[in-house]
Amino acid sequence: MADVIDADAVPAPQRSGRGADAVSRAVEAEYAFGFVTDVETDVVPKGLSEEVVALISAKNDEPGWLLEWRLGAYRHWLTMPEPTWAYVSHPPIDYQDMHYWAAPKPKGDGPASLDEVDPEVLATFEKLGIPLEEQKRLSGIAVDAVMDSVSVATTFKAALADAGVIFCSFSEAVREHPELVRRYLGSVVGPRDNFFAALNSAVFSDGSFCFVPAGVACPMELSTYFRINTAGTGQFERTLIVAEEGASVSYLEGCTAPMRDENQLHAAVVELVALDDASIKYSTVQNWYPGDADGKGGIYNFVTKRGRCAGARSRISWTQVETGSAITWKYPSVILQGDESVGEFYSVAVSNHRQQADTGTKMIHIGRDTSSTIVSKGISAGHGQNTYRGLVKVLRSAEGARNSTRCDSLLLGPDCGAHTFPYVEVRNDTAQVSHEASTSKVDADQLFYCRQRGLTEEDATTMIVNGFCREVFDELPMEYAVEAQALMRVTLEGAVG
Amino acid sequence: MLTIRDLHASVDGREVLSGLDLDVPAGEVHALMGPNGAGKSTLANVLAGRDGYDVTGSVALDGVELLGLAPEERAAAGLFLGFQHPMEIPGVGNMYFLRTALNALRRARGLDEVSAVDFIGLARGQMALLDMDPSLLSRSVNDGFSGGEKKRNEVLQLSLLEPRLVVLDEIDSGLDVDALRLVADSVERLRSPDRSTVIITHYPRMLELVVPDRVHVLRGGRIERSGDRSLADELAVAGFDAGRPVP
Repeated sequence: MADVIDADAVPAPQRSGRGADAVSRAVEAEYAFGFVTDVETDVVPKGLSEEVVALISAKNDEPGWLLEWRLGAYRHWLTMPEPTWAYVSHPPIDYQDMHYWAAPKPKGDGPASLDEVDPEVLATFEKLGIPLEEQKRLSGIAVDAVMDSVSVATTFKAALADAGVIFCSFSEAVREHPELVRRYLGSVVGPRDNFFAALNSAVFSDGSFCFVPAGVACPMELSTYFRINTAGTGQFERTLIVAEEGASVSYLEGCTAPMRDENQLHAAVVELVALDDASIKYSTVQNWYPGDADGKGGIYNFVTKRGRCAGARSRISWTQVETGSAITWKYPSVILQGDESVGEFYSVAVSNHRQQADTGTKMIHIGRDTSSTIVSKGISAGHGQNTYRGLVKVLRSAEGARNSTRCDSLLLGPDCGAHTFPYVEVRNDTAQVSHEASTSKVDADQLFYCRQRGLTEEDATTMIVNGFCREVFDELPMEYAVEAQALMRVTLEGAVG
Repeated sequence: MLTIRDLHASVDGREVLSGLDLDVPAGEVHALMGPNGAGKSTLANVLAGRDGYDVTGSVALDGVELLGLAPEERAAAGLFLGFQHPMEIPGVGNMYFLRTALNALRRARGLDEVSAVDFIGLARGQMALLDMDPSLLSRSVNDGFSGGEKKRNEVLQLSLLEPRLVVLDEIDSGLDVDALRLVADSVERLRSPDRSTVIITHYPRMLELVVPDRVHVLRGGRIERSGDRSLADELAVAGFDAGRPVP
């Protein structure tokens, strides 16, 4: 497996990698996904109020209970202060100065099939490397494509339905499977959980819904591709994945946005529920627009992701590769409720230029003999600031709990920063908790060794950094591991020299 | 082929090489000996373009001036340095590293890249000659390798990358007798009319296995004496101070 990843993962080295060239390339380096699609868009006017919440609910044709749920979240949100504990800084966000809902205008009553999706929208996803026409999806991955606030297409729905798997947009799930949504929505991340989760609960638009019934191993990888297109818009999607007894599913999300001078807010919520013996693997390759080299523009990625291992022997595994966004505030967590359940968190987070990342995880051990693994690789370059923040909490009931945490930071250059805030709370003496941390620089001897063998400085750096991240990349589905390595190269462009 | 003229190098204001001259014609193997601290490893590093030295003078390989070129450009020009202490690169597969290096050099020289399949065949053949465990290809570069495995991995790279000028910095240190013989056999096998080799060592043992055309003694930052292989034998008996004028 390792050899296959190795074979063609890193793009061809440039002809010369002298320091000065590397710097000038950095100046020219462009975010490849920064274009805007010119498509007619339906936008709710800027600002947030009960009327706007009701309007969003009405646009989705929602039942009354869901509107009440949203309004409850909104009213509570009004009483909450924005959190300030993260190791990031940004000007105050004006929550009245953004759109809370935007959508490419459907032709007619909304796309019943791909033929009815605006060709401009299809072309956008094609350009992003996400062809939505099923005959082109040789890899057999089902995709839900979300632009701004709505899902524009979900592929392979019929094939999945044959296996009993429900995979659709969140709004469709509310219409078609209201009982499932009602049972699980907010069961892991409640509507008052935190400031951004409450905001999301009030105004969430689309996202993906996945339900894998008991005993079913989902026959293909599922993925959602999120795209912010409209200016001045926040994206507030909500994803809910439920795996019943003995079910298993692997899910992947990708994200991009146009280059803009303004900051755009992305406040998503992801909830995972795994019942007895179920397993959910959730992978993220996050490449939101990071802003320019001076820190102008970029996405604020303030996201709440949490899974509940509700059943015995269930397993939830988060893998994230966070290369984009101006600011990342994100702690994919696992509540280990079922006995012998397993939680995993594998993370690579990169901050180059003026990017700031404060990311990590929470592992909450409740059941007996629960175990969790945390592997975090933080990479800082330019003036980037990278923070790992993690909590391992072992409750009194968690007899025999085990945790192993490894947290490595790599620094490229003299102006960046790496920070680690590990919190450990243990209330049961039988628990075994271990924490290892390291901070290192890309070694000059390693670089020289690689360059003596003919690699440019930039290629050598990328290779060493990818080696540093290897353990996490190995957790990604194969083709995304290759993509992640290529992405790492683009993200680090100009970090050497 | 290799022509060094009036080479000076200093580190933090301290001069280590002081006007070194050396010629290594094509097809020849030269040994460079000398006591600890004579500047042997500095010479190897300066030839390969390592940062941290103030360098003046001239180093020409096939008429191409190397000073001022980046390390990778010198590699593309045909220079290979076998490291005294090969670096470990965790997480980077050895095969991937070797193939990337080979293809970078081949591109720089205007040749087609070698496919993964062809490369494996090529590498396995060379590894057999070095009695290397094939599993070393799928491990990370030098990561957890024994001292002997690291040195053999250097010689494997040497045989795959086909350089014009080979500089081996204490390739014999830390090798047992059997490994030394395998490494020496490879260096002998890689002798060719269009390749020059400089073996840096302070043990004569290596030179019993790879017979040098010329032997040089580096001392005080320059070549103090030169001779044929008998000079190595003489040094083995009398040490580096033999034949020096008494102050």
